[in-house]
Amino acid sequence: MKVWKGNLLKMKKSLIVTMALTLSLSLAACGNNTNSANNGNAAATNNAPTNNTASADLSGSILASGSTALQPLVDQVSKEFMEKNTGVSIQVQGGGSGTGLTQVSEGQAQIGNSDVFAEEKLDADKAAELVDHQVAVVAMAAVTNKDVGVDNLTKQQLVDIFTGKVTNWKEVGGKDEKIQIVNRPASSGTRATFEKFALGTKTEDLAGSIQEDASGTVKKLVSETPGAIGYLALSYLDDSVTAVKYEGVDATVDNVAKGTYPVWAYEHMYTKGEPDAATKAFLDYMVSEDVQNDEGDVVEMGYIPISKMEVKRDAAGAVTK
Amino acid sequence: MKKSNDREVATPHLAEEWVGKVYTFICILFLIITIFSMVYFVASKGLSTFIVNGVNVKDLLTGLKWQPEGEPPIFGALPFIFGSFSTSILAAIIAAPLGFCAAVFMVELSPKLGRTFMQPVIELLAGIPSVVYGFVGLSVIVPLFRDLFPGQGVGIAAGSLVLAFMILPTITTIATDALASLPAGLKEGSYALGATRWQTIYRIVLPTTLPAQMTGIVLGIARAFGEALAVQMVIGNAPHIPHSLFQSTSTLTSAITLSMGNTAMGSVQNNALWSLALILMLMTFVFVFIIRWLEGRKKL
Repeated sequence: MKVWKGNLLKMKKSLIVTMALTLSLSLAACGNNTNSANNGNAAATNNAPTNNTASADLSGSILASGSTALQPLVDQVSKEFMEKNTGVSIQVQGGGSGTGLTQVSEGQAQIGNSDVFAEEKLDADKAAELVDHQVAVVAMAAVTNKDVGVDNLTKQQLVDIFTGKVTNWKEVGGKDEKIQIVNRPASSGTRATFEKFALGTKTEDLAGSIQEDASGTVKKLVSETPGAIGYLALSYLDDSVTAVKYEGVDATVDNVAKGTYPVWAYEHMYTKGEPDAATKAFLDYMVSEDVQNDEGDVVEMGYIPISKMEVKRDAAGAVTK
Repeated sequence: MKKSNDREVATPHLAEEWVGKVYTFICILFLIITIFSMVYFVASKGLSTFIVNGVNVKDLLTGLKWQPEGEPPIFGALPFIFGSFSTSILAAIIAAPLGFCAAVFMVELSPKLGRTFMQPVIELLAGIPSVVYGFVGLSVIVPLFRDLFPGQGVGIAAGSLVLAFMILPTITTIATDALASLPAGLKEGSYALGATRWQTIYRIVLPTTLPAQMTGIVLGIARAFGEALAVQMVIGNAPHIPHSLFQSTSTLTSAITLSMGNTAMGSVQNNALWSLALILMLMTFVFVFIIRWLEGRKKL
């Protein structure tokens, strides 16, 4: 009996010790994570001149964090890239455009994914240190609940709706139904894009409006709430909501590429200074023909390839052919 | 013979004692450092809104307008503070009677069924992830309220109903413990005087366990106050004090989770969110003090 008890105690003790060890090890691993990432990159940088051409010899670990709108694409492409370059490990995290830009600016991440130009979130001197890599385009369409009976809205009508001047659908040619706004939080990159290029003005948050950050939630609310209006990226559009024409122009990939549909934004992948070899190879792969062509990940996942764009836009919003 | 035997045993025990002490000390030190650095981090970030960005403390606490991206940005957090208090207190008002009744059922009315069936079920509620509560709220409660009441279904009512289910296990568990620890003599005395079961529960059990019940309720409010994800999904998130229970509004936590990722560290928009976090933390301290005060009263 005594022996048995002793054994049990020993077992318990060893269990506790194991647990404590695991905990401290995992903590240590957490602490070292960024360091090892940095070391890996330092190594990659050092090797850069010799390894630049032979992609199979690339090594290093890359942390890409930020925009949740861009995350699925980067995640998908990084998996393919890692299959081809076994020495490189890429971690993709969400967190939002602001987080991505902060982390790349402070050196915690090698790549900062963002829906907006860095100049719009960071101080001018910090933004100047970052190098912009535009990898895709995301277009947005105003969407309404299926029952409102409106399929076209002018810029002025949208402004009136989102500033609360118009509160009933019959005032813009629809049914006699109260308008319910499903907006994004004021800090959201999607909202910034929509306000800048669809409305042309910043709007206040109206009493009674709903705000959600996640596109899936916005779509669910718009499709279920009578009289609801919101905006979604083209990849989220389906039969459950009505995509509204903007000034008579359909929100389609072709119209965006031609520059006739203005509500779109670049998806950016920022690096601090020029990227090291592994990061550069990954960014090059992102904009390569394999990824950007009509069967590639960009199109498949609902983004618009950067190569397709016939117009260009700078941080101030000026469009050039 | 006996002496030598003792020594053999004593040496390893001394080592064990020492190892145990050092290990405990390291754990405690780690905990204390973590807690203090967290408090320091939140406080320094939260206070920099006022010190670095020059936002007025009074404006932040009593302002009704929240326009972080406006020109100039306006930070009035009163709608969030109002939202947090109203949802969590309403949640406690819904959950407290439920929790008490469940405890009475488990301890007084049907201990066997209660202990074997009901307690595990209620404890299971505590293990459901908050995102599941939020999603159920968004898919079931919000459409239901939309059909039954004027408004869009989102708002304080939906938020507090979801929260009520989340804090039910906390309240029930503490209420059950309080009822179980009640001296049997009290109830027996009551029955001996001819009181019915209902009279005994209502007149004897409830008043004597009230301080313990209050502890459970305050703990529940504290948990509801800090819950973010589930509330964010059903409350609507408009930064305004609502005119009804079914109008979109925000809480401190939902405002933080909604915008934290989108703002860059060090910007005034980000610091303002840390100030909200600081308010949350201070409120949690207040709840802890209330609980300690209630616990102290219980012993009298």
